[in-house]
Amino acid sequence: MTNTGRAVLRARGLSKVYRMGQVDVHALREVDLDLEGGELLVLLGASGSGKSTLLNILGGLDRPSGGTVHYLDEELTGLDDDDLTDYRRRHVGFVFQAYNLIPSLTARENVALITDISSNPMDPAEALGMVGLGDRVDHFPAQLSGGEQQRVAIARAVAKRPDILFCDEPTGALDVETGKKVLTVLDQVNRETGTTTAIITHNAAIARMADRVLHMSSGQIAEEVRNPSRASVEEIEW
Amino acid sequence: MVSPSFRALTWKLLRDLWHLRGQMFSIVLVVATGVMTVLTMRGGYESLLRSQAAYYSQTRFPDLWSSLERAPRSVESELEEIPGVSAVATRVNYMARLDLPGLNVPGMGLFISVPDHGAPELGGIVILSGRLPGAASTDEVVISRVFADARGLVLGDSVRAILNGRARDLRVVGTAVSPEHSYSVPPGALYPDDERYGVFWMRRGVLGPLYDMEGAFNEVVLDLAPGADVDVVTARVDAVLDPYGGRGAFPRADQFSHLVLQGELDQNRVMGTVIPAVFLSVAAFLLHIVLSRLISTQRTQIGVLKAFGYTDREVGRHYLAMAAVASGLGTVLGAGAGVWLGGAYVRMYGTYFNFPALNYDFSVTLLATASLVTLGSAALGALQGARSAARLPPAEAMRPEPPPSFEPGPFERLGLGRVLPAAGRMILRSLERRPVRALLSALGVAFSVAILVMGMFMFDGVTFMMDLQFRLAQREDLQVAFREPLDVVVRHELARMDGVTTVELYRNEPARLRAGHREREVGLQGFPMGSRLRRIVVDEDDIRPLPAEGLVLSQILAERLDVEVGDTVDVEFLEGRRAEVLVPIAAVVEDFIGVSAILDRDALDRLAGGPRTASGALLAVHAEARDRLLERIEEAPAVASVQSPAMTLETFQAQLADSLFIAVGFLLGFAGLIAVAVIYNGARISLSERGRELASLRVLGFRRQEVAVLLLGEQAVVTLLAIPAGWVLGYLFSLSVVDSVRTETYRVALVISPRTYMISAVITVAAAVASGWIVRRRIDHMDLVAVLKTRE
Repeated sequence: MTNTGRAVLRARGLSKVYRMGQVDVHALREVDLDLEGGELLVLLGASGSGKSTLLNILGGLDRPSGGTVHYLDEELTGLDDDDLTDYRRRHVGFVFQAYNLIPSLTARENVALITDISSNPMDPAEALGMVGLGDRVDHFPAQLSGGEQQRVAIARAVAKRPDILFCDEPTGALDVETGKKVLTVLDQVNRETGTTTAIITHNAAIARMADRVLHMSSGQIAEEVRNPSRASVEEIEW
Repeated sequence: MVSPSFRALTWKLLRDLWHLRGQMFSIVLVVATGVMTVLTMRGGYESLLRSQAAYYSQTRFPDLWSSLERAPRSVESELEEIPGVSAVATRVNYMARLDLPGLNVPGMGLFISVPDHGAPELGGIVILSGRLPGAASTDEVVISRVFADARGLVLGDSVRAILNGRARDLRVVGTAVSPEHSYSVPPGALYPDDERYGVFWMRRGVLGPLYDMEGAFNEVVLDLAPGADVDVVTARVDAVLDPYGGRGAFPRADQFSHLVLQGELDQNRVMGTVIPAVFLSVAAFLLHIVLSRLISTQRTQIGVLKAFGYTDREVGRHYLAMAAVASGLGTVLGAGAGVWLGGAYVRMYGTYFNFPALNYDFSVTLLATASLVTLGSAALGALQGARSAARLPPAEAMRPEPPPSFEPGPFERLGLGRVLPAAGRMILRSLERRPVRALLSALGVAFSVAILVMGMFMFDGVTFMMDLQFRLAQREDLQVAFREPLDVVVRHELARMDGVTTVELYRNEPARLRAGHREREVGLQGFPMGSRLRRIVVDEDDIRPLPAEGLVLSQILAERLDVEVGDTVDVEFLEGRRAEVLVPIAAVVEDFIGVSAILDRDALDRLAGGPRTASGALLAVHAEARDRLLERIEEAPAVASVQSPAMTLETFQAQLADSLFIAVGFLLGFAGLIAVAVIYNGARISLSERGRELASLRVLGFRRQEVAVLLLGEQAVVTLLAIPAGWVLGYLFSLSVVDSVRTETYRVALVISPRTYMISAVITVAAAVASGWIVRRRIDHMDLVAVLKTRE
């Protein structure tokens, strides 16, 4: 499925200033950004470029120092902690660099833990089947490889049918082959479910699989590139 | 030499301690309480023992007592010649009425002679204020301190007493205490009543003639040589005094004040062992588990330290220092509080037993034992945690820990898992993965429940026994004791009084019961057949009338004599015709106050022989007439005392309330502290181990409350498991208390009310909820952004 063109998330004039001792650190400076429905967006940038700060704010984990964020017609910037939790619970999926699975739960149960609190979830086994782990549903995290753990994490994130999926360095802890498997799954989920997906990475090669690529630098969007066509993950090498 | 690295590690230590201040604080408190209870309760007990020994030796507390009708002082030398006797002192001793304003029952004074010159050498007293009566004065007395305090009497005040029928105004010239009267109870009563009963010491040359006892005595106390056989000497003393109406000598073990004090000390010994032991074990457990878990969460730091060249020994020392600070601070705090409270503890008991001098002796041995236990377990926990981390090669230690292995435990294999939601499975697996830790935590909480049960059981037991005694067994409104045995016609006189509904006469005969080589002196009490006011209460559901034949004995008396129902005992009456008869035992009852041997009055008349007489009467009266009757009867010259069981109950309850509230208050604090420390630390450690896991759930949209359930669920299960276990432990603790206070003065019934079980559970749950709430607040401050990053 492709991009619907309609903005799901709309950020205007976002800035974030951290006070570190006597100095102000400007992590974001007047960023404007639309996340379009169904697109796969890749945010590229070096460490400290502000990409994580941007994702934290868009994902409802942090608040900007200035500017606004709208999810559809709802302004996120004015919400309190509980409402932000609700926003994450209903609309957002996260994939972490360190997977962060619950070690005491099996793959299926890790997914079920999230589908239990969702209103219209997939069956956990179905979600695990989608990421190619249909035969590993009863394994505990300690019995899975890193790539498998990350795919469980993706299944966990998509099983609740989120409107937006945020992935922070999803392949950062993985070798190339495993990383490609994980990216394939993300690509496939985006195409099959139409979930708006934003991937943060410092790996420029990954940008080729995106609909749109944002280069961040010093807290600003330095460059925006729209790929004429999305490369398949097999074509990518790094 | 202080190297720079050492200084840097010291800083790390201080920062870690500050960072972990909540947990450190709770550990320090538990250690402090452990050390404090050792010093207060055990130290207090040991101090009391020493004070008792000092008091006894200062006053030359006798080894043997005997009272008798009247013997000339020439008999003294006969007693002195008995082998094994090292000293003899004779006295004149009479109970007399006191004319005390503001009382509706007559006051009573026990008048005891002191030698005409100097102070008594054996069975002495300690003058606390003033002086002994002047040798030549005829109206000077020294009075017991509690009586002086209760009546507000000061030196120079006077008290009117009816001595041998004649009123005399006596001038108080001193106040004193004596270990023979450290627990002074008026005749016929069970508990002290200091406002109306006091001990008076008068010069023998004054008191003797008032009772026609010049050159004679009616009480003797003896000191035995070391190694003397008490039984042999007792028999010889009895033989000497027999012609003079000797009532049978008794040893120190049967002396009332000594008996009560000893019972109280025994109870202190048990409590002073059980409670500190519980605290020290909980402290040891907490120190061990908290430190080992804390340190294993620092594995990355340990890896870094080792990568930079710190040796295992230096790393170990660093964490040992952390353990030493926690247990050291606790020990210092506990020692300070223990000495302070120990002083208060000794003063409380000392005042209760009228010790003249009260010293809390600080025991280095106790402190050393307590601090060794806490320091040792802290060191063990710290080393274990540090060793497991230090064993890893630095490279591996610095890498993030792999996910801990889990597998479905036995409960799930039984199928329980299927019915549980994912959150329930997390909790269950976490418990099953570390069953020993869960069990020890549950045991810690169970101890707190048990301490609560034991504390409140004292109320239950005493309430039960008072109810049994005063509602079921002893049902009279007034108990009248006659000065001399009266003819049974007195019954009609009492029955004619306005407001009296029932009169039952009783007869009281001092007798010696003997079974085999065991013997015991008691007051045999005869009550009328079919008595309504005295019943045989075997238990609440088994209340019987007095049997027509045979004796009904207190369980404890039956045990002392080693007899049971159907056996016979040899009864030797100690007064009158001194008959000696064999009597079967008809029933044995588990009663709780004093020892009793009762039988049908007609049977007693028959066995004792002589005229049918009454020693006193039990009266049932209209409620509104009670106080008026009390006053009227007390004025009768033939009446020695009038008691109202209801008033005894009130006095007792007031006294009980005082002492028990303090004890229960302490236990409540202790138990709460243990519960909070165990649960709070459990949850905190859980949070530090699973913080990342829980924070990612928050990122994924779990609400704070939902995450709190996952975090605290484990502690909730531990608490719920601990409660029934604590009840069982509490029952066992109570049983040991019951055994330790099983004296002839009183026993405690092993009765634990449902309310006690309920309250102990509620308090523990409240402590758990409070601890959970403190930890719950930390969930609000979780750093959600941090979990998006790789582990440091």
